[in-house]
Amino acid sequence: MDGNLNALTTVFTEFYYWVTVVFMFLIHVGFCMYEVGASRHRNHMHTLMKNIMIIPLVTVTFFFFGWWIYWSFPNFPFFGGLNHDAGAANLPWSENMGTNLSDRITGVFWAAFLLFSWTAASIVSGAVIERIRSSALWVHAVMIGSVFWIIDAAWGWHAEGWMVKYLGYHDAYASGVIHAIAGGYALGVIMVLGPRLGKFAADGTPRDIPPHNPWMLTIGIFLIYSGFWGFYAACNIPAISPEGIGGLLTGETWTATNIYLAPTSLSAITFNFLMSLSGGLMAAYVVSKGDAFWTFSGGLAGIITASAGNDLYHPIQAMLVGAVGVVIVYNLHYWVERTFKIDDAVGAVAVHGYSGIVGLIIAGFLLWGAPSSPYEGYATVNPVGQTIGAVIMFFVLGFLPAFVISKIQAAMGVLRIPVEVELQGLDYAEHHAYEDAKAEIIAADKAALNGGGVPAE
Amino acid sequence: MSTIGYDSWAVDLAEVGAVYPFQGSEGLMVLLGVIFWIGWHRIQFVREGAHLEKAKRMGDREKINSLLEKY
Repeated sequence: MDGNLNALTTVFTEFYYWVTVVFMFLIHVGFCMYEVGASRHRNHMHTLMKNIMIIPLVTVTFFFFGWWIYWSFPNFPFFGGLNHDAGAANLPWSENMGTNLSDRITGVFWAAFLLFSWTAASIVSGAVIERIRSSALWVHAVMIGSVFWIIDAAWGWHAEGWMVKYLGYHDAYASGVIHAIAGGYALGVIMVLGPRLGKFAADGTPRDIPPHNPWMLTIGIFLIYSGFWGFYAACNIPAISPEGIGGLLTGETWTATNIYLAPTSLSAITFNFLMSLSGGLMAAYVVSKGDAFWTFSGGLAGIITASAGNDLYHPIQAMLVGAVGVVIVYNLHYWVERTFKIDDAVGAVAVHGYSGIVGLIIAGFLLWGAPSSPYEGYATVNPVGQTIGAVIMFFVLGFLPAFVISKIQAAMGVLRIPVEVELQGLDYAEHHAYEDAKAEIIAADKAALNGGGVPAE
Repeated sequence: MSTIGYDSWAVDLAEVGAVYPFQGSEGLMVLLGVIFWIGWHRIQFVREGAHLEKAKRMGDREKINSLLEKY
């Protein structure tokens, strides 16, 4: 860190990403609360454990190979080979991947991406509650969290990604690279997994399975909103000079940029985050006729729909994009549920997947012709590139691998829990152990009390 | 042609101002936004009125008593 300005910029950037990581932790807390609130009493502990163990499993695999994929795959395999130089610096045995006083950024940058990985895996976790085996979900968590989403990030969320170069793909706050892929992945799993017992009547009519604890759901989604601030900030480079970017920008004016190193500002995304949240909430309230959970989820869907272009939209555009997206995804959710008998327990495919697709396509029109990158020779943003990008995210890297892996798991008999366990509840055995232990200790205490000589306190 | 007024970032940021799409249409955007907001109130007023009309005839005296007891 030579020079005071460089030192300050480095330390600021390091602290900036560190703060985003702390904020993003709330997303995972929120997902856990939402899932447990949505599940029934007899499945609580397993539902919670299923989501909590995503944290260590995705973390270690993201350290071992996920982070290397991001730096190696921007043009692999269709537009060039692996980028060995960039990849080598991010292998788990590289000096950069440890305490290193000449690299203060890799750790926090890695962690910011890692928290996105948790989010992707956690989105899938919500859709499959109360009937998937934890072992099967944890394999999926590693695949979406440390393989497929980070491939899509290398392709479409990297300054040198081939989707950015050739398609003009623009997805500043991850409508596609996190939400569309995770929604598509969740759909691939639940299509093979099947619905929860009782979800559909004999004639195929869907039944509502109400959450056991509405307040937990509410707090859960509010925590996700809070963590989303960290997610948005983490998608930016906080301060960089034109010289640091090294592209077409001229002059001396420093700027915040999106992940593609194209200029934006924290102020812009603050406007647009709040306005798209509001548009989503208002539209969801109307379209769901005041259903509390769809309204709250609609706020999230509004942000997700506007996220692809929230670095550049006007706040009113962000609000309207969020509102339009919510109307589409709400109707699509129920159409898919009725038509294909899909049980998406928390609406994850709709709120994340459909919102992501819709958001990408809308951004293609609203930002038509805008530069996707500060570097020369890149395609500009356009509707065709965005639509192809949406298909790659939702279907190619999301739905397809999830469907294939789930089919293999189903063939091996390791995807779904036995029907007897689904009826008695995943926590049945633990509940019994708990009740037995309680009865035993109460009996022991009473015996000690009545036997005399033992103080009651 | 670019909706944001720039089709390249070959610019000096000191000379760049607004970069949102459709600059010059702010008035129209505000109008659309206000229509959305007022429209929302209108829909909500009508629906809540209809709901309360329906709800006031739904109550069962016994159940209401037990609800009052529950506080």
